[in-house]
Amino acid sequence: MKFSQYDPGEFYDELYEGTGQPRPGSALLLRKFASLSEGELKKRQQAAERVILNMGMTFGVYGSDDGHEQIFPFDIVPRIVEPSDWEHIESGLRQRLRALNLFIDDVYHEQKILKDGVVPGELIYSSKGFLKACWGLNPPRGIWCHIAGIDLIRIGDGRYYVLEDNMRCPSGVAYVLEARQVMKRTFPELFDAYRVRPVDGYPSHLLETLRYLSDLPDPTVVILTPGIFNSAYYEHSLLAQKMGVELVEANDLVVMDGYVHMRTTKGSQRVDVIYRRINDDYLDPLVFRRDSVLGVPGLMESYQKGRVALVNAPGTGVSDDKAVYAYVPKIINYYLAEEPILQNVPTYLCSERRDRAYVLEHLDQLVVKATNEAGGYGMMIGPQASKQERADCAKRIEADPRNYIAQPTLALSRVPTLVEDHLEGRHVDLRPYVLYGRDIYVLPGGMTRVALRKGSLVVNSSQGGGNKDTWVLS
Amino acid sequence: MLSRVASSIYWLNRYVERAENYARFIEVNLNLSLDLPRGTAEQWEPLVATTGDHESFASRHGKATKDAVIQFLSSDAANPNSILSCLVAARENARSVREVISTDMWEQVNRFHLMVREAVSRGLSSQNLHAFLAEVKANSHLFLGISDATMSHGEGWHFARLGRLLERADKTSRILDVKYFMLLPTVAEVGTPFDIIQWSALLKSASALEMYYKRFGRISPDDVSTFLILDSTFPRAIRYCLIKSEDSLHAISGSEHGSYQNQAEKRLGRLRAQLDFGDLEECVADGLHEFLDHLQEQLNGVGEAIFETFFAPRPIHSTIPTAEAQ
Repeated sequence: MKFSQYDPGEFYDELYEGTGQPRPGSALLLRKFASLSEGELKKRQQAAERVILNMGMTFGVYGSDDGHEQIFPFDIVPRIVEPSDWEHIESGLRQRLRALNLFIDDVYHEQKILKDGVVPGELIYSSKGFLKACWGLNPPRGIWCHIAGIDLIRIGDGRYYVLEDNMRCPSGVAYVLEARQVMKRTFPELFDAYRVRPVDGYPSHLLETLRYLSDLPDPTVVILTPGIFNSAYYEHSLLAQKMGVELVEANDLVVMDGYVHMRTTKGSQRVDVIYRRINDDYLDPLVFRRDSVLGVPGLMESYQKGRVALVNAPGTGVSDDKAVYAYVPKIINYYLAEEPILQNVPTYLCSERRDRAYVLEHLDQLVVKATNEAGGYGMMIGPQASKQERADCAKRIEADPRNYIAQPTLALSRVPTLVEDHLEGRHVDLRPYVLYGRDIYVLPGGMTRVALRKGSLVVNSSQGGGNKDTWVLS
Repeated sequence: MLSRVASSIYWLNRYVERAENYARFIEVNLNLSLDLPRGTAEQWEPLVATTGDHESFASRHGKATKDAVIQFLSSDAANPNSILSCLVAARENARSVREVISTDMWEQVNRFHLMVREAVSRGLSSQNLHAFLAEVKANSHLFLGISDATMSHGEGWHFARLGRLLERADKTSRILDVKYFMLLPTVAEVGTPFDIIQWSALLKSASALEMYYKRFGRISPDDVSTFLILDSTFPRAIRYCLIKSEDSLHAISGSEHGSYQNQAEKRLGRLRAQLDFGDLEECVADGLHEFLDHLQEQLNGVGEAIFETFFAPRPIHSTIPTAEAQ
């Protein structure tokens, strides 16, 4: 394979500066690749896939009939992040999570930011993530969002931008932990040569974050999962295993005398902290959806009385609404009196008349997203959509403008990716994970999602995306 | 331990053990048919009868040919007890308790499941069937060994052993029962070399031949029954399975041997005492087949009691929050 002929093209490449020219942190990796015999890289890719299969590392796909599980697509060429870049990302993420927590707390209490006219009240009240049940709520330690996964992208100018804040139940961290295991088995020699910052500490930091919410010396912490048919079940069980806590389903929990208990073979046992991986809507049928079989009746009341901690707090969805996103730079400025360290991507709010007119005229250049969807669902990529798809999209926008935003189609950075037996650039994003407990912890690494289809910009696993290990160098 | 988790561990082990025993079922018949005198037809009907699934088989396959029976027992996804179905169920159960079992155990169940799936999709033929069955047994043993070596021998492990040994007790009784359904060419053949061959094939499929020889030296039908039913040290003998199951049950509840705290302990204790203080003559007074049939019913009763005692979602009285919460 000719590594000296790899051409980054018109895109920012995470490993190459120019044709055949590695960036400083990648030189060693690419030299190693070049020294492998013909076909060896492909062999290692296959070995890695076998490891993944044997580990049972799968994700569920809604709507597929055959066993609803798929092996997670993985590419063995890692993304490398230089220490200085990481420092910048880390400080930007800390700032953002602090500001957004202050924002959520304000929105459910005094609403100063609305009264001061920085964020329009109408935007908040019309957000599906805004929950009346959280009005006046004081979550333990005053923290609403303890676990965030904030999606970043890098574009042609080499700078990182925030694409999306995931403040409800961000998933994917299990793939970060497992991708590293797979890479260590695949390229042990590279880990000797490189100083890659470890990611294995995440579960113990997470457990610390969860335990911090209880006043008891030895609180009982559990993870609440919708069950094995949930697409992220693999992650729920992996985290429970690595933290040594029980993984419970709603049926395992019951509220008795105002406290939450789990049913065990020896009677019931009190639960103090719940890392819940089910949506707000399904937490408690008495408060939210009455048809929910996933929830625990009485859970919200117990929570409101401070008898159990929920992580993340319900109601955080108001802060990752894609329309609220457009205001995050102002939110940071308002609460912290600081300039945002990480910039937003320019965003057009279809609820604003002028923005809407622009969006409708430039649908062929823009990416349109539904404000309350995740996982790449409800997304229209203008330049790649058919005329019919664009017309349908326009209709949807006009019918419900509040539900749509648009952003320019961005040339996401690329990372060389193994295609057959050679490397080709493929677009990526990056989701780092941030924990807010006694202090803020940023996991040095993150989920690098890669659009495996040539030219594709959609990195979601539900739509042809795969994963790469992310090496933050020290 | 969560009731749901205990139940999944118990069933995970039952299914792995069931898969192994189905491999043994098929083997016993393959062994028997190899030794048939010339001109005798192979008998596959008895095998289906032994599993207790003959109605389901008849409704979908009709005549019990060799191919149909092997397919039914090994790769038939519509038969909930086929080796394939057992592995699918075992893996689903393992997946739901991944955080409780060790990673090595999980990976072994996963590999076992993949092996069976791949073998089934490649197709089972008389050329590769023996190798497949051997692999199923080896994978089950590997899972057992990994469980013993990597999981704390606490409550979860005891539920695992309970599930495995109750399943094994039931299946050993069924392996023994194959001989009841297996017709000898003529009545006169009873006790002939051919009869002896059948009994030893049966021992072999329970991996019991060598251990049997050490205790009894030569094959006699009564001794084979005594060995597989009443031996207290051979790990596939029914009595051994009951002794260890009872140990686990008491370890879980913390009650003393010789007493009981729940229906499961009561029923299992009674069943065990029957074997502890009975001899073969008493056991089979009404016939071996009748005894085994009754034994299987009692084992089912123990299983039901375990479900009621430990797994059934017991109604816990919950305080319904008043309207002020909303």
